[in-house]
Amino acid sequence: MTALFALELSYWQETVLKVVGVLAAVLIPAGAFVQLFLFKMVSHLQSRLGPMEAGPHGSLQAIAEVGKFIQKEDIIPERADRFVFKLAPYVVVMTVLLVYLVIPFGPDMYFANLDAGVFYALAVSSVSVIGVLIAGWASANKYSLMGAIRAAGQLIAYELPLVLAVVGVVIQAGTMNLQGIVAIQAQGEIFGWGAIGNPFILTQFVGLFIFMVAIQAELTQTPFDMPIAESELITGYMTEYSGLRFLLFFIAEFAAVGAFGALAATLWLGGWYLPGLDFDANYMNVVGPIILFAKIMLVAFVVFWVRFTYPRLREDQLQAFAWKFLIPLSLINIVATGVLKVVF
Amino acid sequence: MSAIPGLVKGLGVTLKTMLKPAVTVQYPHVKEAPAPRARGVIALKEENCTVCMLCGRSCPDWCIYIEGHKTKAPPRRAGGKPRTVQLVDRFDIDYALCMYCGICVEVCPFDALFWSPEFEYSEPKIADLLHDKDKLGEWFETVPDYVPYEAGSEAKVKKVPR
Amino acid sequence: MTVTEHERAFITSTLSESRINLEIESDGMTLNLGPQHPATHGTLRIIVKLDGEQIVACEPTMGYMHRGYEKLCEFRTFPQVTTLVNRIDWLSHFANEVPFILAAEQLMGVEAPPRAQYIRTVFFEMARLGNITLFLGEMGLQLGAMTALFYAFRDREHVLNLLEAVTGGRFHPNFDRIGGLKDDLPKGWIDETKAVMKKIRGFCDQMETLVMGNEIFQTRTRGIGVIPKDVALGYGLSGANARASGVDLDLRRDNPDIAMAWKHADFKVWTHPDGDSFARYWVRLQEVRESTHIIDQLLDGIPAGPIMAKVPRIIKVPAGEAYVQTENPLGWMGYYVVSKGDLGPFRVKIRTASFNNVSVLPWVAKGLYVPDIVTVLASLYFILGDIDR
Repeated sequence: MTALFALELSYWQETVLKVVGVLAAVLIPAGAFVQLFLFKMVSHLQSRLGPMEAGPHGSLQAIAEVGKFIQKEDIIPERADRFVFKLAPYVVVMTVLLVYLVIPFGPDMYFANLDAGVFYALAVSSVSVIGVLIAGWASANKYSLMGAIRAAGQLIAYELPLVLAVVGVVIQAGTMNLQGIVAIQAQGEIFGWGAIGNPFILTQFVGLFIFMVAIQAELTQTPFDMPIAESELITGYMTEYSGLRFLLFFIAEFAAVGAFGALAATLWLGGWYLPGLDFDANYMNVVGPIILFAKIMLVAFVVFWVRFTYPRLREDQLQAFAWKFLIPLSLINIVATGVLKVVF
Repeated sequence: MSAIPGLVKGLGVTLKTMLKPAVTVQYPHVKEAPAPRARGVIALKEENCTVCMLCGRSCPDWCIYIEGHKTKAPPRRAGGKPRTVQLVDRFDIDYALCMYCGICVEVCPFDALFWSPEFEYSEPKIADLLHDKDKLGEWFETVPDYVPYEAGSEAKVKKVPR
Repeated sequence: MTVTEHERAFITSTLSESRINLEIESDGMTLNLGPQHPATHGTLRIIVKLDGEQIVACEPTMGYMHRGYEKLCEFRTFPQVTTLVNRIDWLSHFANEVPFILAAEQLMGVEAPPRAQYIRTVFFEMARLGNITLFLGEMGLQLGAMTALFYAFRDREHVLNLLEAVTGGRFHPNFDRIGGLKDDLPKGWIDETKAVMKKIRGFCDQMETLVMGNEIFQTRTRGIGVIPKDVALGYGLSGANARASGVDLDLRRDNPDIAMAWKHADFKVWTHPDGDSFARYWVRLQEVRESTHIIDQLLDGIPAGPIMAKVPRIIKVPAGEAYVQTENPLGWMGYYVVSKGDLGPFRVKIRTASFNNVSVLPWVAKGLYVPDIVTVLASLYFILGDIDR
């Protein structure tokens, strides 16, 4: 990234820049999703206008919401475990921030180029389960506890299809390095025709479907939002949180949409590259993030579209769906990918 | 799998709704006019009121406060006896209590109370919701004419005494 | 502070109840659904004893919304009671007035003229539309598809606007009078209503695709909360809840002596043999469609004539007792009116549908999971004002 500006920065200066960069990379998509999708797209889906007063057409509503949450009273239930209660939002936010570290935004725009990037991203994203569990337990509220226990079961169950769907991509790409996967999609050829590269959506569509279902569950969005289940548990594990702590959970949820969307875009849709552009050019460091952002928006659109259309599955039906349908399907996908990789 | 069509069709319904314009009317920038018969506020025509107290008695919430006095009016014809008439001193309707049921308007035998579709009279203080005689007289300008009836009706359209 | 015996007994009883919550329970958890809870439509408190997520015992506690209707009616005149009674089941506004007015008319020995009967029936069916369209969207909301609720409110607006054009009130028409109706229809209303009926039918199709046809919805509701026919009859379920359990009972068809115009319309009574939550949703969806057809037929055949029978200005209902029940949107609603010849009733006993519909909850809830109790509550569809009066 520093090569972009041809600067020589010392290690601590680079670290500060990366920290600021990761915060921007997380907060900007999160804010955009909340504003565009949660407020506007969903409102039009429900035949209404959404916020219109804050700024032209309500475009500043997200900032107003942030201000509202910040100025609220910090309420901690009397019998709550204070330290754990305060710790939980930070755990969840931290895991999301960590996922963004390995996502490439351009040829040189990345925070860390790990050879086991995919492995790292998936491993780190599952740490958020702990945050959810401790939030529910520390709240000293039966509803929160029920939500947390449901969340634990659900999130762990859907980790498996998530990982197995990605394994198919890794087999086809031959590497776990996310920048390498983008390169292979950009420079690949479909039976000798290289005009649009080889985006893995064409061959790994089963994997993409499984991944999309699994991230819907990982983000506890309907139809898998039993942990939150608004009409039963109010907001599940987040019920007792208010003000800035709730804002952190909220940001974590929407930033996670961005993180998983970025993973989906990088692994299946070709990442920051569009066919026709020069892969190594310096201007791609500016255009690349924009392209990736657009692809993330596309994935997020599908996530929210499904979220606001379907009712929710019951917890045991959810588990049956994961264990009895998604995992066998993803295993078949891996076998097929392996066979076809050897054949072709 | 036969399960797919139902799920996909549901997505289609929401997508179609998203592409159509929203139905929201942005009050207070845009105001929809209520129907002429809408029960917004009650208007008083003071000249017609004879302080018979029928409205005050029939109100389920007892929110109408009426006081009047008797006085002698000049005779209709020269050489006749002076007539006793009742004049209204105080006619208050407490809209904090009013149920908007319309029994008072219906029961009045002298056509002194009317419905008006005006509804934008909310106040920061509850005490200001007590509309006195003059304020009720002001609402009278907003009373619309009675609408004509559907075919087949034997009811006659009444006239609002302006 | 000394405590009386009575107070001591009360404190002990509530404490023993709350002791269940405070003790460390090793055999399950007691959860309090309500009185403030999104799933109970209003202030209903349901105490459930859980084993993991399965319900072992369930006890609904009503009365949080008791407004003392029957006592209020003793001190009001008949027109004033008509106003109040609108608010018992606030979503089916007009339908609450009708049985009361019919009972009073029975005591007086008057019958409303045919045109008034037709228009009364049309408004009754429109009350059914306003109520059940909300149910179709709201059950989607309780199960997670909140979009359905917005569609329901959007299309229900048309029905409310129609009601406002005639009666002046969107929610509380207060339009029925002893002997007929308050006023006649304004010009152009019949054509507007027919157009709105088409919209409601379109809304039903949308709900069928979006909610009923959704496989997730079907997985959540099929086989959940099955109420067999004999249990439904035993608990006194009525309306769509009974019909969804296979009970072929509809007062609109089975009670032809009543002074309403249902006998002049050709309609089908929908039943479903399953008795689960899906059946209750299905039956209500068909009923909405059927209501639109009833309204169309009645408006086509509406007779010309007066809107009010010859009744004195100040109505004093002669002494006597009368009971009239009708097929309200939620079930059977009946008024037992005792009059002593005054301006107002002496005693009014109100039989509401939701009271019986909720009483089946302890029977149905055994063995269900917590999400299923939400499904069952949503599908039984009660209004708190109807339970508590």
